[in-house]
Amino acid sequence: MSLITVENVHKYFPLPEGKGEFPVLQDINLTIRSGEVVALLGRSGSGKSTLLRIMAGLIPPSRGQVLSNGRPLNGPNSDVAMVFQSFALLPWLTVQENVELGLEAKGISRTVRRQMALRAIDLVGLDGFESAYPKELSGGMKQRVGFARAFVLEPQVLFMDEPFSALDVLTSENLRGEIDDLWNAGMFPSKSILIVTHNIEEAVFLADRVVILGANPGRVRGELTIDLPRPHDRTHPRFKELVDYIYQVMTNPEIEVVGREPSLVGAAVTPPVEISSPWATPLPHVRVGEISGLLEVIVNLPEGTDDIPRLAERLQLEVDALLPILDACVLLDFATVSQGDVKLTPIGQDFATTTILRSKDLFRQQALANVPVLGKMVEVLQEKKSGSVRSDTFLSLWEEHFPPVEAERQFATAVDWGRYAELFEYDTNEDRFYINQGESEAVS
Amino acid sequence: MRTFPTAETLKRAPFGLADVAVIVTALTVLALIAHLGSDMMAAFQEDVPLPEIDLDPRRLPYYAGRSTLRMFIALFFSTVFTLVYGYVAANSRRAEKILVPLLDILQSVPVLGFLSITVTGFIALFPGSLLGLEAASIFAIFTSQVWNMTFSFYQSLRTIPRELDEAARLYRLSRWQRFMKLEVPSAMVGLLWNAMMSFGGGWFFVSESEAISVLNKEYILPGLGSYVATAIAQENLSALGWAILTIAVVIVAVDQLFWRPLVAWSDKFRLEQSASAEVPSSWMYDLITTARLPSLLGNFLAPFSERINQFLSDLSRWLPEPAAEIKEGNDRWFNLLLWLITGVLIAVALQFVITTVGVGELIRVLGLGVLTLLRVSLLLVVATLVWTPVGVAIGFQPKLARLLQPVVQFLASFPANFIFPFATIFFLRSHISLDWGSILLMSLGAQWYILFNSIAGAQSIPTDLREMADDIGLKGWKRWQRLIIPGIFSAWVTGGITASGGAWNASIVSEIVSWGTTTLQAQGLGAYIAAATNQGDWARITLGIGMMSLFVVGLNRLFWRRLYQLAETKYHL
Repeated sequence: MSLITVENVHKYFPLPEGKGEFPVLQDINLTIRSGEVVALLGRSGSGKSTLLRIMAGLIPPSRGQVLSNGRPLNGPNSDVAMVFQSFALLPWLTVQENVELGLEAKGISRTVRRQMALRAIDLVGLDGFESAYPKELSGGMKQRVGFARAFVLEPQVLFMDEPFSALDVLTSENLRGEIDDLWNAGMFPSKSILIVTHNIEEAVFLADRVVILGANPGRVRGELTIDLPRPHDRTHPRFKELVDYIYQVMTNPEIEVVGREPSLVGAAVTPPVEISSPWATPLPHVRVGEISGLLEVIVNLPEGTDDIPRLAERLQLEVDALLPILDACVLLDFATVSQGDVKLTPIGQDFATTTILRSKDLFRQQALANVPVLGKMVEVLQEKKSGSVRSDTFLSLWEEHFPPVEAERQFATAVDWGRYAELFEYDTNEDRFYINQGESEAVS
Repeated sequence: MRTFPTAETLKRAPFGLADVAVIVTALTVLALIAHLGSDMMAAFQEDVPLPEIDLDPRRLPYYAGRSTLRMFIALFFSTVFTLVYGYVAANSRRAEKILVPLLDILQSVPVLGFLSITVTGFIALFPGSLLGLEAASIFAIFTSQVWNMTFSFYQSLRTIPRELDEAARLYRLSRWQRFMKLEVPSAMVGLLWNAMMSFGGGWFFVSESEAISVLNKEYILPGLGSYVATAIAQENLSALGWAILTIAVVIVAVDQLFWRPLVAWSDKFRLEQSASAEVPSSWMYDLITTARLPSLLGNFLAPFSERINQFLSDLSRWLPEPAAEIKEGNDRWFNLLLWLITGVLIAVALQFVITTVGVGELIRVLGLGVLTLLRVSLLLVVATLVWTPVGVAIGFQPKLARLLQPVVQFLASFPANFIFPFATIFFLRSHISLDWGSILLMSLGAQWYILFNSIAGAQSIPTDLREMADDIGLKGWKRWQRLIIPGIFSAWVTGGITASGGAWNASIVSEIVSWGTTTLQAQGLGAYIAAATNQGDWARITLGIGMMSLFVVGLNRLFWRRLYQLAETKYHL
């Protein structure tokens, strides 16, 4: 039985000054059935949180519709309760009052409310903390209150928006295990779970089905059934296989996700998106320091190559933090990624081992060769007699393709890269770009 | 959760000393309000002289009570206005377009200007009763408190964390529940802080509004301000001394008995979810929380408030929001209409002023405005040069700062017009022209904001940076240039805005002062407004106040806002 159905949902955010629309989600179809745990897995920019909020009825879709129990959704979804990344507890209410919040809104009487809340608090193991205020609790305990507040409503589907990502490693491990235990023991107060995450292991550990989202624009790339007995055993070879496969899929946007068979035969099926303007190509938001840091770690490994899941573990980095850095290394041709392994190119090895001055030269050379937008910026600067350009000029070019916040991030990343490469100077006080005097000939 | 008290609680006496204190205090306050309030209704005839002020110091507690009551009534109305206006502005996109700029303008109109404009209307509203004057006075205090409270509330509503808002919507809180559980609590800390600050500034206006002359007629309301005015008219120095002592006691008492407990209580409304390092404390709050009576009363009333809340919730049931489709066309018409109305209003005001007083007067008033602007600027420069070094010296010594900060805060809320007579005598004796003297008068109230914020700014400079400066041998002017000035810049801007606003307000009473029958007058916009009010000359009141508002708005836009942006971006620590 399907509880929630997403039918052909599109979501656009309007660009400023009527410059059109920025697609966040494209033609999403998804079904949540009774009795299953589904994970929405995707990198930042894949619109996974937006999709969750559309399914919760907090944001309306631009096109398409969401059915909840067969009825089209209009306004907040009453079959759903949500656990938030930042816990979203009201600091001025006690644990008990926070848990009672949704019941109070339903108009349930004080005595009944109290009993139900106490039961939910008991279930998450917070007995004895009823009258504590959130600020007296640790992060893990706060999120337990978040769970209790959702449990007490006995929703059909429990939504979790990266519920463990604000917690430290040990606490999140502990809480994740307990939630899984509750589900496996059949004591869970909802029929299904939908969890949004960027943590691959977490998705494979908790979910029966992992839906992988692609970015720019967000779309469903495919789904994977986790064919392991519950609870999913992390030491099982199949578990490792699945995690490796998802890593491969996520580091290579061209692989087709082929359902339950993790094989690599499906070669490039989706052609790379045609991008006309250099301003429309998104830069990965990575600092130059992070790029050289990663390259140095890899170059110092005995084989000069590494398996990406192992690399993530070694660096204690979440996928969301590691993958953009890898993207940048690939974009600049410092490294190649294939079959879930990362390998340095000769230029990458050179960059990682040479002196600061020469590494700047190498970075400039690679940036001009591989990042069209930086070359374009230098070109614009050279065309000006004054050799200087106001920053809004560039910013508005990005704003034609990205919503304002993203345009500013693109701008900031380009400034960081361009400054490091000494392609131009950027004066924050004047908000102007200047051509780099010493280097202008070298470029042309 | 226990429904019945345990044996242990029953063994304890149901009443503690704290309970007795709470009951006695509550009853006393009620009796006082009843007594003072009944006098507000006192009738008067137009021809019969108003009640005289008795300069006997024993009457002072009564006068202080009357003034304080006015302050609290104004605070009540300010709070109600804030909640309504802020809520509407934050929740309706169209209303926001009118309400927020309007608030910006209202904030720039000098408080005493409101008094000049409204006092005749209020008197006409309650013929044959002092209530009209009472209302005008309360309205003046209201205008001194309400704008920044409203701004603070509106800002808080607009910055509610996204996930809290989503939780409230997903859990389907009714509008009433959302208001009570999310919106008001998240605005509480800022609202209370602003209310406390404006309340401190309000003492100045309460004393100024109790004795005013409109249409060449002196109106007097019993209160501390009129007591001072009478003492000035009778050249009674000892009465002045008693009045100063009384206002000092009242300010400290209100702070200890009212604001401190509220601030201590409001600490739980902080949005940061970690325990804050410095929890504000208050003995009064401890007393109230120790007493069992308030919580017993709370438990007793809980079912009733539950019923009322449920009722209000049902009335404000959450409705599914229709998908927010913004219709650009409609918006354009709406904007056009707004511009049209604004234009017509400005044209009408200009026409009224020009036909009644002429263009020559307009230019003369502009010149007077420039004179007052020069005074305000000079005041800011001198106050900065004098008080910033003192403030920084204090701020760098945590112990001293903790000791002196409440003192400076007290000085800032102390009504400067109580000191005016002493300054006037000094000017008379030493033959100083009020053209210069008025600067000193304006600074009596305004300078403390600079000092206060310099202390706070210096405290906010990280110890690391100061140690670094010592380490690399930054000394003297270089140290100021590289470390201290950038470090305290944003705090100084905050202090400067407040001080400049205070000085403009004070100019109306600082550019014309008297002692006994002698009156000193300065050339300036403040004196112009004061004279126009005295004569009840509508055109000149409008012109003067309009001009002053224009100066304040212009200064805010062209000068302070830019400095503020600089502080936010470049000098943000």
